[in-house]
Amino acid sequence: MNSKENTISSQAEGEEPLENKVMIEVKNLTKKFNGFTAVDQISFEVKEREIFGLLGPNGAGKTTTIRMLSTLTRPTEGTATIGGYDIVKHDNKVRQQIGLVSEKMIMYDRLTAEENLRFFGKLYDIPKNVLNQRIDELLELVQLSKWKNSKVGTFSTGMRQRMNVIRALLNMPKVLFLDEPTLGLDPQSTVEVREFIKKVNRENRTTIILTTHMMIEADRLCDRIGIIDHGKIAALDTPTNLKKLVSGNDTTVLKLEIPNLTRKLVTKMESLDCVRSVSQENSSHIKIHATGDKAFDTIIDSLRAENAKVNSIENLQPTLEDVFLHITGREMRDKVDNKIQMGNHRHSMPRRRIR
Amino acid sequence: MGARTLISNSLRIAWKDLMELFRNRMGLVLLILMPIFMMVMVGFIYPSETSMKNVPIALVNEDAGFGGYNLSSTFITMLSRINDNASMMTLKDASSLEDVRGMIQAGDAEGGIIVSSDFTADIMGGQQGTITIVTDQSNPQMSAIIQAVLSEVFKQMGTALAQQNVAEQLNLDPSKALAVVEPFNVQVKGSVEGDFSYFDFIAPGIMAMTVMMSVMTGLPAAISHEREVGTLDGIMVAPINRLSVILGKTIAQMARGILQGVLILVLAMVLFGVTVHGNILLVFVLLLLGVFSFVGLGVVLTSFAKEQETAVMLMTTITFPMLFLSGVFFPIEQMPWFMQAVSKALPLTYVADALRKVMVLGADIPMLTNELAILIGFGTVMILIAVPVFKRAMTR
Repeated sequence: MNSKENTISSQAEGEEPLENKVMIEVKNLTKKFNGFTAVDQISFEVKEREIFGLLGPNGAGKTTTIRMLSTLTRPTEGTATIGGYDIVKHDNKVRQQIGLVSEKMIMYDRLTAEENLRFFGKLYDIPKNVLNQRIDELLELVQLSKWKNSKVGTFSTGMRQRMNVIRALLNMPKVLFLDEPTLGLDPQSTVEVREFIKKVNRENRTTIILTTHMMIEADRLCDRIGIIDHGKIAALDTPTNLKKLVSGNDTTVLKLEIPNLTRKLVTKMESLDCVRSVSQENSSHIKIHATGDKAFDTIIDSLRAENAKVNSIENLQPTLEDVFLHITGREMRDKVDNKIQMGNHRHSMPRRRIR
Repeated sequence: MGARTLISNSLRIAWKDLMELFRNRMGLVLLILMPIFMMVMVGFIYPSETSMKNVPIALVNEDAGFGGYNLSSTFITMLSRINDNASMMTLKDASSLEDVRGMIQAGDAEGGIIVSSDFTADIMGGQQGTITIVTDQSNPQMSAIIQAVLSEVFKQMGTALAQQNVAEQLNLDPSKALAVVEPFNVQVKGSVEGDFSYFDFIAPGIMAMTVMMSVMTGLPAAISHEREVGTLDGIMVAPINRLSVILGKTIAQMARGILQGVLILVLAMVLFGVTVHGNILLVFVLLLLGVFSFVGLGVVLTSFAKEQETAVMLMTTITFPMLFLSGVFFPIEQMPWFMQAVSKALPLTYVADALRKVMVLGADIPMLTNELAILIGFGTVMILIAVPVFKRAMTR
């Protein structure tokens, strides 16, 4: 699954090569709240039309970074430019070219979908007829046209999040910030939102920065990922390269369930060039270690040729989880939500330092 | 261009806020009920002399009479006749002071009248006849009213009797006899014609207060609510002047406050016969000016409060004493000097005062220069402080 999705998106990139223009430039950006450093001297660049992910546990500084870049919070130190404009000195120029999908829904429950979009759209300098047309198009795009005149308060979480995303697109932003865009969504809505993000990136040529604490999400969506922990960028590269950090080479580990497993089939697998080792775990499960780009395809092809009946394949590629563990020396604290509330840092901070 | 977009964005935000307000049925009902309650409560609860109606009063006639005469029955007939006209009280028969006390304790009577046993004898003997008014100390306001009303009634009855006696003995015209008995004719006249009640004093104050409260509690609640829910980010991330957020919210809250103010005015006029003697437009100008003087303070407090709960608590803490210190309910002159000093620092004092002058005295702008200058001055200073504070707070 994983590798397939990656190929699709990399093919799309291949058709229209990324321009190398820098869209976002972050230099030593720092934010301190009452002595606590939420974001600590981070620097990175995001190229035009890239999907850039900030991956990290809750409280790592992702949201603060997004808030600084979207001009909602003033940095304590450091600078950043978006499309060449400084986020502090030319904040209104920056605001014109960005859209923000915040972790919280930016929608008024008592207004209808259309009223909401019109209200936010009018805050930008968009001619009336253009805005009306855009509202209709965007609603159509996320299949909400039917609910145009319904109050947002009556919407399901999935519908609300779709609204939340298209709201950020009203001004056709060059850069779209998404803070935990799939948080709290059911699997179907999650997939829909992810597909929509990719579509926006592809079709509107929008540069995207998203934050997530979900490894899979970062892996599936992002061209490059910055792993952020304790307010610092611990690693920054493409998902593939990040994974190579762990294994050090292009190893593929497959776990297969083959009911009609024979001695002959195992020998055949072992004879393949790319295969380093085959271990039989029981009467139907084998584990294959292989190297090389085409390892996966080669193995599948030869299994087919031998008429092996494959019930399941598990690709034991190193995951971003392994990367995170490797880099920070600890596991991601996904389960316990000790998200730090803005404004109450002093009380909840010390816990974070316990390793 | 800057000013125009600022205004149009402010109006957009105000419009959105009002839409939200009007879609909230429950909130809307409360919005209308609040001033009604306020008016009805203040209007009916505050006692005035005319409000003494059918109060149960125990009457004891201990008079033994003298030489076949019984003046007390004449007295009681007169009292009943006066009471029949005004129906101030319901007279109940009682036998003694103890009986009266018992009735007051049981709640059967609010007070008592005792005609002494020597009433006729004393008067016939050339002395003053004694009438005792018994009051209920557990209800000082009621007892004060009963005391005042009965004393006045008895005094008039005494005067009438004296007038009659003097006329007979000196063989004078009754009107001249009155001049002998009561040489002074005291008349009370207000600076404007017409009847005025406590309500005329309090109605302008309540109007000012409601509008102010609306803005003072509504503004921080509206801003911090949006901040908490996250929708404020949606506005702040747009390329608009930060000022339009305050301005828009203020316009919305002001509209809400003025709506309540109008409601109060209408109720006051319909239910309590309050008349506006001055220019009604000036009344609204003053209300707007009052809001202007408050907005800055509201914004500063909003900037300090991090979440809605704190904001509302902060506002209540500040507005509550303000109600009492600004002379809305009680005249400032009654207060000790330090409270008067605080009162003079509160803009609500001047709004209420100016409104009262316009509504009761029919004052015009030249008579209000002091108040107007203070309100404009206070508002300007507060806004000059508020704007940078707010801008800082928004990009924390």
